[in-house]
Amino acid sequence: MSNTVAGPFTAESVAGAAYIVAALLFILSLAGLSRHEKARAGVLYGIAGMALALAATIWLTLEGVLGTARGSTGLVLLAAAVLVGGGIGLWRARVVEMTGMPELIALLHSFVGLAAVLVGWNGHLQAPALAGDLMAVHHAEVFIGVFIGAVTFTGSIVAFLKLSARMKSAPLMLPGKNAINLGALAAFVALTVWYVNDSRLELLIAVTVLAFGLGWHLVASIGGGDMPVVVSMLNSYSGWAAAAAGFLLNNDLLIITGALVGSSGAYLSYIMCRAMNRSFISVIAGGFGIAPPSTTDAEQGEYREITARQTAELLLDASSVVITPGYGMAVAQAQYPVAELAHQLRARGVNVRFGIHPVAGRLPGHMNVLLAEARVPYDIVLEMDEINDDFDGTSVVLVIGANDTVNPAAAEDPGSPIAGMPVLRVWEADNVVVFKRSMAAGYAGVQNPLFFRDNTSMLFGDAKQRVEDILRSLPEDSLPSPLADSAAPGQH
Amino acid sequence: MTRIGIVAEMGQETRVAATPATVRQLLDLGYDVVVEKGAGESASFRDDAYTAAGAVIGGATEAWGSDVVLKVNPPTADEVDRLAEGATLIGMLSPGLRPDLVEALAARPITALALDAVPRISRAQSMDVLSSMANIAGYRAVIEAAHEFGRFFTGQVTAAGKVPPAKVLVAGAGVAGLSAIGAASSLGAIVRATDPRPEVADQVKSIGGTYLPVEVGEEMTSSDGYARATSEAYNARAAEIYTEQARDVDIIITTALIPGRPAPRLLTAADVAGMRPGSVIVDMAAGQGGNVEGSVAGERVVTDNGVVILGYTDLPARLPAQASQLYGTNLLNLLRLLTKDKDGQLRIDFDDVVQRSVTVVRNGERTWPPPPVQVSAAPAARAEGPAAATTAAKPGFSAAGKAGLLAAGIAALFLVNAVAPAPLPQHFTVLMLSVVVGFYVIGKVHHALHTPLMSVTNAISGIIVLGALLQITSSDPLVQVLAAAAVLLASINIFGGFAVTRRMLGMFARGDRSRP
Repeated sequence: MSNTVAGPFTAESVAGAAYIVAALLFILSLAGLSRHEKARAGVLYGIAGMALALAATIWLTLEGVLGTARGSTGLVLLAAAVLVGGGIGLWRARVVEMTGMPELIALLHSFVGLAAVLVGWNGHLQAPALAGDLMAVHHAEVFIGVFIGAVTFTGSIVAFLKLSARMKSAPLMLPGKNAINLGALAAFVALTVWYVNDSRLELLIAVTVLAFGLGWHLVASIGGGDMPVVVSMLNSYSGWAAAAAGFLLNNDLLIITGALVGSSGAYLSYIMCRAMNRSFISVIAGGFGIAPPSTTDAEQGEYREITARQTAELLLDASSVVITPGYGMAVAQAQYPVAELAHQLRARGVNVRFGIHPVAGRLPGHMNVLLAEARVPYDIVLEMDEINDDFDGTSVVLVIGANDTVNPAAAEDPGSPIAGMPVLRVWEADNVVVFKRSMAAGYAGVQNPLFFRDNTSMLFGDAKQRVEDILRSLPEDSLPSPLADSAAPGQH
Repeated sequence: MTRIGIVAEMGQETRVAATPATVRQLLDLGYDVVVEKGAGESASFRDDAYTAAGAVIGGATEAWGSDVVLKVNPPTADEVDRLAEGATLIGMLSPGLRPDLVEALAARPITALALDAVPRISRAQSMDVLSSMANIAGYRAVIEAAHEFGRFFTGQVTAAGKVPPAKVLVAGAGVAGLSAIGAASSLGAIVRATDPRPEVADQVKSIGGTYLPVEVGEEMTSSDGYARATSEAYNARAAEIYTEQARDVDIIITTALIPGRPAPRLLTAADVAGMRPGSVIVDMAAGQGGNVEGSVAGERVVTDNGVVILGYTDLPARLPAQASQLYGTNLLNLLRLLTKDKDGQLRIDFDDVVQRSVTVVRNGERTWPPPPVQVSAAPAARAEGPAAATTAAKPGFSAAGKAGLLAAGIAALFLVNAVAPAPLPQHFTVLMLSVVVGFYVIGKVHHALHTPLMSVTNAISGIIVLGALLQITSSDPLVQVLAAAAVLLASINIFGGFAVTRRMLGMFARGDRSRP
């Protein structure tokens, strides 16, 4: 941090030590978050690390200027900003619907991005007096930090708008979009060189505007169905923005934390991409969501409808049931009745499990969060790989608001746009009941041959209502649900 | 109106290409059907049954002169000449093994479809004649063995004494092997099975068999460099298992085939000599060179020590009615695919991988071999039409390209650090280490925790607040205001992120212990 050696306990040395401890706590936090048992402890580690880092930094920044005019102004501003910001954050966290998590997280990413832009600007306005080489490095750091932050900011804003349906989720298809992206990068490099030689404010404004535009365009050209990847990619970007600020401010904790978040976010995006059988590069370049013409039209045929009552009978006769939810369950807010249905069936001795596709929903792990909210025990919620071999031998599969993730064309039709994407092989079960609003195609715009299989029946209508209809059709003789009063709105 | 001819098979063949039941469905597709007189006789389908189903009984000339000729076995040279111009021949043509036949067919202005060339993809399972015939053959192999075997399969305790159950070893748990396992275990025998694919263990178990794994030390399978040694160790261990089993079991049924290669030798003459007199071996691969030393294709051989080795190659044909029914249904399913509009017009669509794969000759033009079927992602299929632009725009990274990129990245990092002034290299050190830690720390994240992980990293990335805090006491009021705004934004992140993660984690709960 600093070369001043003024005693055993200077603000700098204490802050430096605190930063190392905080960095370790953050690593423990991320490690904890990868297991259910340690997840809560992981959050506590994170909070402790953050509190330590904040306390050390506040002391460091106020020490020596306390009592002066700018010190007092700073303290007042600081307290006000933390109070207001913290208040807003806690309030949003308390009221957010679990189905609205993707939007909230996207929005939070944009804040990090904007904060990084502001820090970068301050770096320009408050340029330290440095020797030639170091000055050039400082200028480059300002520029890079502002660029990454600004891309993160507008990218997250667009992701937020798409996820909250305030913006069309279809990918924006500008002609020569790859050229636009590459051109923006080239312009950024040119501006950086210019700025390093001549640090003018206009150049900083230009690069900010350029990065805003690039971030917007990058995410706007990605379709709504691919948002899980985009959100975790933006998560990664927000980390890199923090790391860039760390370079600018000579702050190791910022670098460590930023790199942790950046690399873990990138790895998470990579996992997502693999789950969708898509190239990581093409995701980042915004070049996907474009489907080649479908060859599956020929597979269409007759589909059969089923009523809620017949579905209930089917379920009562079943020995094992797998429920595969998708985004449609989140849209219909059907997680409570679905959980209740699972509970009722389990009370009758039916082996009920949930099969979750890695990219179901609009956020990695979205379905798990919704089911957890509705108090579905997590040990019956299985991943695709855990359950895929069990469909053969399952009596009934309920597909609730999922489409592309259960599409047999991905496994069987090499000409399909989603060919090779790993999917839940629900069609191997004895019976499949698909809950769907209409016969429209999924996000990928691909027709689903599953609907026309002999062992598939369609249950049309709002998923929540249909599941409640099934619950009403179940005979009353079983144990009352402990959740009936508190959690399941469908029960009267 | 298109006429389908069902012709009688030559020689010893007992099967027929259509049954009265499939004839009825062929008529539903809009075709007329002519059955050669006596074609179904040896499969117990009488001419009057075909007539009742709506077919016309005709002579050989009439049947062979049809627009579409359905057959079981490959045609002889004479039979190829009997086909009318523009006719379509469908049957098991084994085009891969019979280049001479493909030449002969391509010399005529006809179309020839090989039902046995259907690709092994799920959609084409209903036409997979190799599977349906293998199923029959596996069953029949057990029946043939039971016929030769001088004892019961099932164990019994009778007034006349105790009878031990027969022990059966089935080598290879493919379609035929599984069928044999099922048949033998339902007769009451103790059934064991071997297969190089450990994933078939559950299938073997599900139909009543015991899977014998070939266990080789784990260190053998760890590295590419040892692939050959592994294979040798594996083969040695497998041979040991066969030798041990041969001494123990009463009946061995071998089904091991490798496409396009001679059948692997599983049992040596010494293994056979070690078996008890009266034991039976059915070598289902005898036609492809045999899994058992001493087996003769199509023959029953008795060894010096009284072991019977059956090398029959016509096992499906020994169940003619059943085989004809399954074969006829496979054929019907192919015709359904070729007659989309049920208008009696046969159309071959080369864009459909199944139709492309079965077509050996189209209108006198040789189309064999077909392009390989790609079951996984197929960039080749995407390169058509308007998709070409996107394919081109999407950079495909080869292994070399990736290595080059990595090398370039490392070189760039090296250069930057070599010329950068003092604090920068230290920063890069910290950055590198943290990146690596980040990758490993979340490497094993449970899928269900992706969202909480993301919201916690989001909260942590609010650490950017530090940057703003360090600037908030600046003497420049503008800097102070901007820093305060940044602190506010980052605070939302920190507090909101941690709070929402805690809220989410509070919901995850393990199920009650009394779950089924």
